[in-house]
Formats: sequence, C-alpha cells, structure tokens
Amino acid sequence: MAQEILSTDPYLARFNAAKAGLPGAGQSWLSELREQAAARFRDLGFPTQRHESWKYTPLKAMKGVSFAPAGGTGQSASLDRVPSLLAPLLPESQPPLRATLVGGAFRPDLSSLDGLPAGAKVEALGALLERDPGVLESWLGRIAAEGGDRGDQPLLALNTALFDDGLVIRLGRNVVLDRPLELTLLGPLGDEATQLHPRILIVLEEGAQATLLEHHFGYGDAPVFHNGVSEIALGANARLTHVKLQSAPASTFHFATTHVTQDRDSVYDSFTLNHGAALSRLETRVKLLGEGADCHLNGAYLLRDRQHGDITTAIDHRVPHCTSKEVVKGALDDRARGVFQGLIRVAPDAQKSDGRMLNKTLLLSDKAEIDTKPELEIFADDVQCAHGATAGEIDHHALFYLRSRGLPEARARSLMVEAFLTETVEELRAEALRPLLLERIRDWLGTRHDDTPGKGEQAA
Amino acid sequence: MLEIKNLHATVDGAEILKGIDLTINAGEVHAIMGPNGSGKSTLSYLLSGREGYEMTEGSVLFKGKELLDLEPEERAGEGLFLAFQYPVEIPGVPNTTFLKEAVNAVRKYRGESELDAMEFVKQLRAKTKELGVNPDFLKRAVNAGFSGGEKKRNEMLQMAMLEPSLCLLDETDSGLDIDALKAVAEGVNAMRGPERAMLVITHYQRLLTYIVPDKVHVLSKGRIVRSGGPELAQELEEKGYTESVEAA
Repeated sequence: MAQEILSTDPYLARFNAAKAGLPGAGQSWLSELREQAAARFRDLGFPTQRHESWKYTPLKAMKGVSFAPAGGTGQSASLDRVPSLLAPLLPESQPPLRATLVGGAFRPDLSSLDGLPAGAKVEALGALLERDPGVLESWLGRIAAEGGDRGDQPLLALNTALFDDGLVIRLGRNVVLDRPLELTLLGPLGDEATQLHPRILIVLEEGAQATLLEHHFGYGDAPVFHNGVSEIALGANARLTHVKLQSAPASTFHFATTHVTQDRDSVYDSFTLNHGAALSRLETRVKLLGEGADCHLNGAYLLRDRQHGDITTAIDHRVPHCTSKEVVKGALDDRARGVFQGLIRVAPDAQKSDGRMLNKTLLLSDKAEIDTKPELEIFADDVQCAHGATAGEIDHHALFYLRSRGLPEARARSLMVEAFLTETVEELRAEALRPLLLERIRDWLGTRHDDTPGKGEQAA
Repeated sequence: MLEIKNLHATVDGAEILKGIDLTINAGEVHAIMGPNGSGKSTLSYLLSGREGYEMTEGSVLFKGKELLDLEPEERAGEGLFLAFQYPVEIPGVPNTTFLKEAVNAVRKYRGESELDAMEFVKQLRAKTKELGVNPDFLKRAVNAGFSGGEKKRNEMLQMAMLEPSLCLLDETDSGLDIDALKAVAEGVNAMRGPERAMLVITHYQRLLTYIVPDKVHVLSKGRIVRSGGPELAQELEEKGYTESVEAA
C-alpha cells in the first residue's frame, strides 16, 4: 500500500461519530449516499501526486494540521473582526438578493432573500434537509454522478459524507431572477484550525435564468480546510451566469469541486477569479447532455508570494452541436505556482462539436512557475476543437515604449498586466459584471483608482 | 538644449560611438545622416535610454542635466520624445488610456496638475483633428494591427500631446509611402518652434525634402565627419556616402 500523505482516519472517525446527527440523517437515500461516499473516500484516500490529475498540486502543506469541524460555529460567530460588514459587491440599484454562509453555516440574519419571483426558491441546505429532504433526492449527488464523477474525486466524496449546510437554489420553468444573487461565503472566524464542507445545489428548470455572484473570503490567520462542492443542473434553454471570486485569506486551503450538467440549448457562462488562499484547487466538470448547449469556463489567476493555485476543468461534449469556450489567463509573481489542466472530451457521436481552450500566463518573476496541460480527447470526426497554452514575461519592448512616454516603470508594468488580463474578462458575456472583476484585478495590482482608464475611453 | 561632448559608447563590449560632439540649440532642427553601421541607431537608443547601450566616455547634457543618468520616464518628463523607428504594438491597452496616462505622467513629473477626463479629451480631439489622424485610432489598442503609416501618425499624435522640448526622430521615414511621409512631415513641421529642438536621424535624404533641417551632420564609423547646411543632404543624395565621407 502506497504511503499516504494525509491520513483519512480523522475524517472517517468524524463521519462515524457525526453521521447520526447530520441533517437529513433519517433519510435512507441520503444515509446511503453518505455511507457510499465515505467508503469511496476511504478507498481513494486523499489525492497524492501519484494521481495524474493531482500531479502538480501536492497537499503536503496540510500535513500535520488537525482541522476541527466547523459544525455550527459559523451560526454564532462574532462578526466583530469583519471590517465592512459584507458590503454588497454590486452597486445597489435595487435591494440586492443575498445569501450568506459563515464558516459554512447559513446565516439568515446576514441574508436578504425577499422579493424572489414566484417559482424561485433559495434556501439553506441544512434547514431544507430537515424540513423537506425528499425534494433533493433526485439532485444531491446525482448531478455530480451524471456530470462526470467517475469515482475518482475523493474530495467530492468527503464533502458528500460530511456536508451539513450550504445553499439550494431552485428556479422553476421560465423563472428569471432579474437581479444577481450574491452568495457570500465568509470563512470561519475562530482561532482554531477548521474544516468545512459546504454544499451548493443549483437547479434551473427549462427556460430559467439567473446570475450568481459567489464570493469567498475571510479574516484571521487560523488554518482553514475549505472543501466545497457545487452541483449545477441547467434545464433546456436555461441560462446561468456564474462569477466566482476566490479571495480567501492566506492561511486557507481552498478546494472546490463543481459539476455542471447542461440540457439542450442551455448556457453556462462562468468566470472565476482565483487570487486567494495559500493553496487552491478549483475543479470544474461540465457535461453537455443536450444539443445546442453552450458552456463558457473563463477565468484568471493572480498569485504571489508562495501561493499555489490550480484550475482544473473537464468539458464533456456528449451530444452533437454543442459549443464550449475556455479562456483562462494568469499573472504569477514571486514564487507563486499556477496549474492549469483543461480537458475537452468529444464523444463518438458528438459531431459538429466546437470546443476551444486557451491558457496564457504572464510570469512576473523568474521564480514563479506555471504547469499547464491542455488536452483534447476527440472520438468524433466532424468537429472543430483547438487548444493552446503560452507562458512568458512582460514584453520588454512594450515596457520600454511605455516608459519612454513618461510612464513610471511600476505603472507601465501594471498597465501591461491589466491589459493582458482584461482580454479574459471581456470573454464574460455579462458585461455588467466586468467592472467588478477589473476592479479586483486593479486591487491586486495595487493600481485601483477612481478615474479608471475605462471611463476616459468612453468619454472619447 | 542638447550638448553632446566626446561621446563614446559600446554595445556588447564593441565600441560603436567614438567621440561625438554635437550641440543643438532651442529652435534648431538638426539631421544626422549616415550609412548602415555608422552608429546612428546606437546614438538614438543611447539618448532614449534603451538597455544594453553604455556610455564609456564623454557627456550628454540635456537642459544642463546629465541625460544618460536618467530613467527613460525621467527623460520623457524632462521633455525628450523619441519617435520610434518601429513603434511597439501593445494589445489590450487602449490608445486613449495610454495617451492620458502618458500626458499626466509627464505633467506630474513637471509639477503640473493632471488633466481631468474632459480637458484631456478636448485636447486630444483638437490634436487629432489638427494632424488628420483617424479618430478610430483612439479606440483601438496601441498600434495593434496598425499599418506602418498609421503607427507613425500615432507617434506624431503622441508627440503633439506630450509637447516635448526635444524631439528625436529615429528613421521615421522607413517603410512609409510618399503620402504617409508627407503627413508625418507636416506633423513634425507643425511642431517646429523657437522653444523646441529636433534631431532627425535618417539614412535617406528623402525625408529632409519635407523636413528641412538647419544643419546636417554625416556620421561615419562612430564619428561626425562632416557638418553643413541643408545642401549637404542633397549632396549626399547625389554623390552617395562613400564619396562624401572621403571628401571629408
């Protein structure tokens, strides 16, 4: 038996001790789901670098840390150390729709879900499992299974065994959320090393539309093991815009597994900005199950110091006439390490598939590193697929050109990085959300100012 | 304005400039001509601050300051403008953003207040019109996908916006058709004035038909071997460098 880097024992012990008290424990389907997941986690163990898909992302930094379960601590956590009490991300033209989880626990007092249209339900997962668990039976764990969980995702299994809260978003036929839903996931605020396994379930029925703005952040320097799972099912002609900001504190180990299934003519337009945590891995698997489905997985990573950020995606074209596009760019400074693994798979019958993937990295330091692995697995013969990856430094000629026009070197550099990343933000089709992302990028670059270049451009 | 004394410079250890003396006063336009390998590019790169060029002897005073001690952005702030032979394409940076950043960086350096968006746009529109620059330029990324002529016009627009006191034109005519060349020359001539000096570095006499210099210098093997009035350019055109240099 290969030596494990991280022991599964404390997690399995935790499962055995807690399972009778986890929400929905009385439901046999759920208990079975959890038992199977725990068994799978036990068999698989924590990922090691011997697993092909984890080759570039070692977990050894987590070794030796004993993470206590967050449980309901987030329910009562004091928000004293949260400076600006959860300011909304978007300018408030109308009362925002907000859902907030603290330490993985839903906080009604920090959420504002009034005014949802008829047929729209946004609820805490824990409470729903106590009240009406039956409605979740056909979704929980099933989307992941259909979305390509081939039993090779131990962290997904661990989440399934242990999740105790999260959020459930369900939109009925043709229900449209006319404003974005801000989902804030604030880390645990205690001083203890903590693990949490939040679960998010999003089901959009035929023709439903929503915009979800998911923001992960936190305070303090206690180690956190965040192991989130999102399951997203998009019905025919449904449309989800999903923006995710991963801005966790530097003491966090952030793992997120997202499974998406798309029915015919549905659109999943996503953008992930990954710039927080000491170690992060955002793994997304999309299965295009209905003809005409359209999937956009775009994103950017901004890492410095010794941060490690991994974006791993798999898009599965199962049927003909689907399109997917993925543009992921990053800037790496200091000794940061980025990982991009992208896979487009086209099934034998999925003719006329159109899949494009591009990864570009700007290395701002000669100690920074990117490992990039774009892959195509194509079993159909009439498809258009392409992938590419580049890595390089800032163009010295351009830098000199800008400086010779009077721009100080630091500003010339940040302008170049901003320009490089702006191209990926512009891939997000929801234009109204682009300024938010550009602002974050400028924050990271330390060049945020009120008189943004964009305004000058518009004025011209 | 610019005082070059006994300038020696090396590139990768090889001495390219071997003692150049040149004084340019405010209001004057000088041209430096010379064959390939004479040191024209080295002189221009050295003055603009490109990396890899080292002065080993002599001095270059710009308005009384040692120019070569300054960073490229400080040179711009002091009032030096280099019109590039090959302007660089910068995808993703809108031309207007770039111009505004540049103008305000230079203003800041000079202790002037930064232009607000309105005032900047007003000036930009005026200069754009004056130079006959296609306003679409402004919306596009800096030089990205521009033709050779468009890039040079964009250089002229930057020069007009930055209002430098010394303009250094490095082989500005290379790759231009006659219409573009005339347009660029008009842009340059419009900038001529008693407070401003220009140094035109060129291989061909053609440009000097349109930008008539006050003085012409011939550079050969790292030294200025002849100086004269605008008629020298004509002579070089007719007799070629070899004969003119030997005549010296």
